[in-house]
Amino acid sequence: MNVRPGHLPRNEQRSDYRPLSIADKKRLLHEMLFARRFEERCYEAYVERKIGGFLHLYSGQEACAYGVLEAARPGHDYVITGYRDHIHAIKCGSDPKAVMAELYGKESGVSRGRGGSMHIFDVPVRFMGGYALVGGPFPLAAGIAKGIKMKGGDEISICFLGDAANNQGTFHEALNIAKVWELPVLFVCENNLYGIGTRINRSTAVMEQYKRAAAYDIPAAQADGQDIEAVHKAASVAVDRVRSGKGPYFLELKTYRYRGHSMSDSNAYRSKDEEKQWLKRDPINILRNRLVDDKALSLDDFKAMDREIIDQIENEIIKFAEDSPLPVASDVEKYVLADGDPWVFPGRKG
Amino acid sequence: MAQIMYWEAIRRAHDEEMANDPLVIAMGEDIGVAGGTYKATQGLYDKYGPERVIDTPISENGYTGVGIGASFLGVRPIIEIMSVNFAWLALDQIVNSAAKVRYMSGGQLISPVVIRSPGGTAHQLGAQHSARMEKVFMGVAGLRVVTPSSPRQAYGLLKSAVRCNDPVFINEHELMYNMRGEVPDEEFFHPLEGSEVARAGRDVTLFGYNISVHWCLQAAEILAKEHGIEAEVVDLYALNPLDREGIVRSVSKTHRAVIVEEAEAPVGVGSEVMAIINEACFFELDAPPLRVSALNVPIPYSRPLEKVVIPDVKTVVERTLTLFRSGKH
Repeated sequence: MNVRPGHLPRNEQRSDYRPLSIADKKRLLHEMLFARRFEERCYEAYVERKIGGFLHLYSGQEACAYGVLEAARPGHDYVITGYRDHIHAIKCGSDPKAVMAELYGKESGVSRGRGGSMHIFDVPVRFMGGYALVGGPFPLAAGIAKGIKMKGGDEISICFLGDAANNQGTFHEALNIAKVWELPVLFVCENNLYGIGTRINRSTAVMEQYKRAAAYDIPAAQADGQDIEAVHKAASVAVDRVRSGKGPYFLELKTYRYRGHSMSDSNAYRSKDEEKQWLKRDPINILRNRLVDDKALSLDDFKAMDREIIDQIENEIIKFAEDSPLPVASDVEKYVLADGDPWVFPGRKG
Repeated sequence: MAQIMYWEAIRRAHDEEMANDPLVIAMGEDIGVAGGTYKATQGLYDKYGPERVIDTPISENGYTGVGIGASFLGVRPIIEIMSVNFAWLALDQIVNSAAKVRYMSGGQLISPVVIRSPGGTAHQLGAQHSARMEKVFMGVAGLRVVTPSSPRQAYGLLKSAVRCNDPVFINEHELMYNMRGEVPDEEFFHPLEGSEVARAGRDVTLFGYNISVHWCLQAAEILAKEHGIEAEVVDLYALNPLDREGIVRSVSKTHRAVIVEEAEAPVGVGSEVMAIINEACFFELDAPPLRVSALNVPIPYSRPLEKVVIPDVKTVVERTLTLFRSGKH
């Protein structure tokens, strides 16, 4: 399959689109580099067996979460995703220390150590969770949008999932419902070309995922998921449209993950040449090079930024996760059902 | 106190809860304009409008997930799954999303959703429309399961389920919607846990739930009149969590136990109640506990075959008598 990142088939333009400023871009470079270092540090901690279970890393896809959420209102809009969820939560406003502590299974973790890598939840910043059944969040995202509509807020519901999720029935059921009910939900498809270890052309009839939204008469666009400016521009149209009450929208971002599907992945299904080609379009390097070309940043500045991030992750984040207490065994049955809900025994109420 | 039908009781609970809280909604297949297959939402579409009484597409996993997602924001959806057989398709969202979200979020996110669905065998509906799924749902941590045996319970359980912050599955029955019974005129909330002694007795406890409570009550009448056996009937309206104390209390009094279920025996209410009895009051028993269950086959279409698969009052009586043949009576 000929992958053409940056191919924009039918994107609308916003006449009032405000491009990212130099200051925005420098901040986003920092955020994306932080995400990369955070994930790569998770890799090390997993190898050291500090992190258990399954671990799905986001390296290579950073421009997707940061570009879309930069165009939205993180902490105000509701965000839901699959199991590759650490970075979406952090961009929504989760404390990276609490995310790392979650991966370490600690009580100070964002989900109190009950969730793990695939189930990061941070409701105060409206990060509505990572879910581990492929395609599971589609209907939940539409339901959140139904809730927004009923309560009359100006939030939108944003659902980030991968290309392979579009082969689940939930994709079709939820997109259909979202359109029939005109729900304020933005479906973001991070098309990284692989569903676990099977390449998209071997599993999926339609290569361009944005085209599939046409089946439900949902407006859609495609953008280069490696270029944060392209993502931001496309997402601004999408977010604005959904927020203005025009119903759902589908945005496909063409991207690539550098690590395997999860840590238990041999990564043997991809060619070295393909990986090399995509590394040339690294989202962090693309943005860094632009800032360097614009003389807004020197390579030395970048190296200093990198060092500072690595130090922060080691000295603050890993240290917090390491030092935090584990949950106590006697609490294992907490959070199964509502504690002391008055409607369980209404007669005994008050 | 009015005598009303089971479907009317459910409809009344919907109406009162929707009037009480604008975030209570009803959703499901044909529940709006058509008023519901069993009339449980009749007239509510006109009263509350299409944003709150929602006809869904035939996408069980999809709309159940949409209801669950809406519940994350404080909406309280009452989702009707037209037949419990279709709930197999929604298991992913019920089990993986609704039942687990509180736990895996460390208590941050709750899913106060109610899912109502009729199960059971009706009249020759065949293998794919005769499921009894309570055994599936009662084994799911984080999901409450209740099953009303009367209009009073159907009304009161739905009222409490809507207000409770846990996801609740209400297992109704295809054959019970036209059953009449007394429902208090004043508002009433039924406990979501516990059990109810539907008939007091001293010689044997017949445990039933939903439709099998009625088989037990009829069997108890026959046992009393024709055999001088005073059976206690315990209505297990809550299947998850089960009323361990209530089960033990009754068996400790009667010293004999029969569990009557419309479902197949393996991995069901009967096996679970029997496990509780064995664990908690084994030495109270004068005879081994027994189950009266359906045969473990897909439900056949042909009437005589269907009849032989599902237990009836006669079987309950006969099986119960076997507990007494070698004993004191």
